[in-house]
Amino acid sequence: MRLFLHPISLLRLLLQSAWLALDQIWANKMRSILTTIGIIIGVASATAVIAALTGLRLYVLESFESIGTNKIFIVPERPQTGKLKNSNGWLLRFHPEEFSGLLEHCPSVANFTRSMGQRLDVSYKDKTESGVSITGIDPQWHQIENRFVTQGRPFSLIDGQQARPVCLINPKVRDKLALPTNCVGETIMVGEARFTIMGLIEEHPQTGMFGSGDSELEVFIPFTSAWRMNNGFIVGIAASRSPSVSEDARAELTFFLRKQRHIKPGEPSTFRLEIIEQYLTQFNNMATMITLVAAGIVAISLVVGGIGIMNIMLVSVSERTREIGLRKAVGARPGAILLQFLVEAVILCLFGGLIGIAIGETLTYGLTKLPNGGLAKASIPFIAIVASFFFSAAIGVASGMFPAIKAARLDPIEALRHE
Amino acid sequence: MTASANPSPAVIRVTELKKQYKVGAETIHALDGVTLDIRAREYVAIMGASGSGKSTLMNILGCLDRPSSGMYELDGQAVSTLSAAAMARVRNQRIGFVFQSFELLPRFSALKNVELPLIYSDVPWRSRRKMAREAVDRVSLTDRARHRPNQLSGGQRQRVAIARALVCRPTILLADEPTGNLDTVTSAEILRLFSQLHEQGQTIVIVTHEPDVAAHANRIIRMRDGKVLSDLPVEQDNAVASHREAALRVQKGAP
Repeated sequence: MRLFLHPISLLRLLLQSAWLALDQIWANKMRSILTTIGIIIGVASATAVIAALTGLRLYVLESFESIGTNKIFIVPERPQTGKLKNSNGWLLRFHPEEFSGLLEHCPSVANFTRSMGQRLDVSYKDKTESGVSITGIDPQWHQIENRFVTQGRPFSLIDGQQARPVCLINPKVRDKLALPTNCVGETIMVGEARFTIMGLIEEHPQTGMFGSGDSELEVFIPFTSAWRMNNGFIVGIAASRSPSVSEDARAELTFFLRKQRHIKPGEPSTFRLEIIEQYLTQFNNMATMITLVAAGIVAISLVVGGIGIMNIMLVSVSERTREIGLRKAVGARPGAILLQFLVEAVILCLFGGLIGIAIGETLTYGLTKLPNGGLAKASIPFIAIVASFFFSAAIGVASGMFPAIKAARLDPIEALRHE
Repeated sequence: MTASANPSPAVIRVTELKKQYKVGAETIHALDGVTLDIRAREYVAIMGASGSGKSTLMNILGCLDRPSSGMYELDGQAVSTLSAAAMARVRNQRIGFVFQSFELLPRFSALKNVELPLIYSDVPWRSRRKMAREAVDRVSLTDRARHRPNQLSGGQRQRVAIARALVCRPTILLADEPTGNLDTVTSAEILRLFSQLHEQGQTIVIVTHEPDVAAHANRIIRMRDGKVLSDLPVEQDNAVASHREAALRVQKGAP
């Protein structure tokens, strides 16, 4: 079927067909809206899911970045095999001296701190706060966590060596315990011991996923002081020189710690190293999977929508058989009739797509306002909007083609006789 | 003014035209060897009972259908073997159709309906409205141009349809029972319009089974069983017809 002789007449016919299609859609408003609901829902859900995933990805990335992607956590772990399989996990915990010489033996590790947490009551004069996080840290902790002292001074080497009863607090503790604004030098009770405040530590940056949004009450004391109070569970935190050498750092740390713990070749390690990057990769895999599943669901709803469009176009062709016959009798070429119905289907789908994008935007706005804030940065990428638009048009062509061909092939005499 | 008195070139030349339909196992010969010429400025009526083949002939003359065999030349060009798109172009440029049931698009104004064939022509956008207005003027509907078909009377609707048929300045105007859906007064009005157009030089072919309608033409072709029964100027046809009627009466009256 040769369509047209001239590109200008093609363009003119396209414009005319578009005008006719708009008129037709307007004449059947209710039917058109009902028909396009499939497309509307498909596009709206597609854009909203994409927006949510975009927001979630940003959020997770930021969360990981706030922890630091170059951080390696060292925790004791009972091996799955070997003779220590059934040992008491408590006996495998780290001792403070196991880490000595770590930085010298692990060149890819820039900083290292031991850390030991517990929860105790803290009081100042008549105010008491219970369940306050008390963390024993080495001075390098500030570089690794990127949190520095804003008032007073950080722990000195002497503080550590002598296990002095000194502490750093965050502003929240100061406020809760009604300490004076300049609280350096004040003495507070941590558990049953008196500690002198050396300085004020920066508030934890908004951690998103790993913090509850609201910052905790935090008191930091020298690691040795913490160890003296309680021989607890030590976690080592190492920072590699950059995320790219974190695998090297991991290998060096494994080698160093196996030597320290006298683990023979072939025996399983009694500790575990966790790299944030691993989680990031895992998350990315998961996000990709969610995207694929969502894409599948959306594709199904769009196919269903397309079938709806095809159905209504067939109805339209059947209703307008006489009109088609007349148009042919006054000189419409088969191509012109084909184009008229094809354009109508495409415009119907594009309307559906546009309404779908609008609803998707509204849903996305709703997502950003959800209370826990996890999707605060949800947004529809521009490429997704363009893709939805073209996808809608493609559905229009796919579902309009069959009815349009049917219309174009109608015999004018038969069509004019149609009741 | 008869065809013989004013010899002008044949715009339609049909030779040994045949059309067969298969209905189940049976073959129906709708046209069984029709040969005729229609010259420019003629006003021809094709008459016959239903099943005589007049509508089939009309459809072929209007390039809506193709003959099974035989030749159809329009303006000296063999058109029955053209492609579908080329046939559409012929319908658009050289043929104006008037139907019994008007076939107007209900959602369009009279003017828009008249403009319809121009959409499918090469006439530039700007000239279309002007041409449509001229056609509406020719059928004296200037003041009703903005009305929709449901706001017009039957006669006015048929005038719109005639304007639409004329808008591309066709070689021939084909009308299939144009007064079939109209009352006597309105029919007379439409037939006056046809005569007027004919006087202005329009070639007209009209299909009808009503003698009153055919009487307005200047040549009458009678068909029966897919063949041309008679093809005479209107005066002679009248004489033959009255003679035939008399003969029929005699037959009936003498059992």
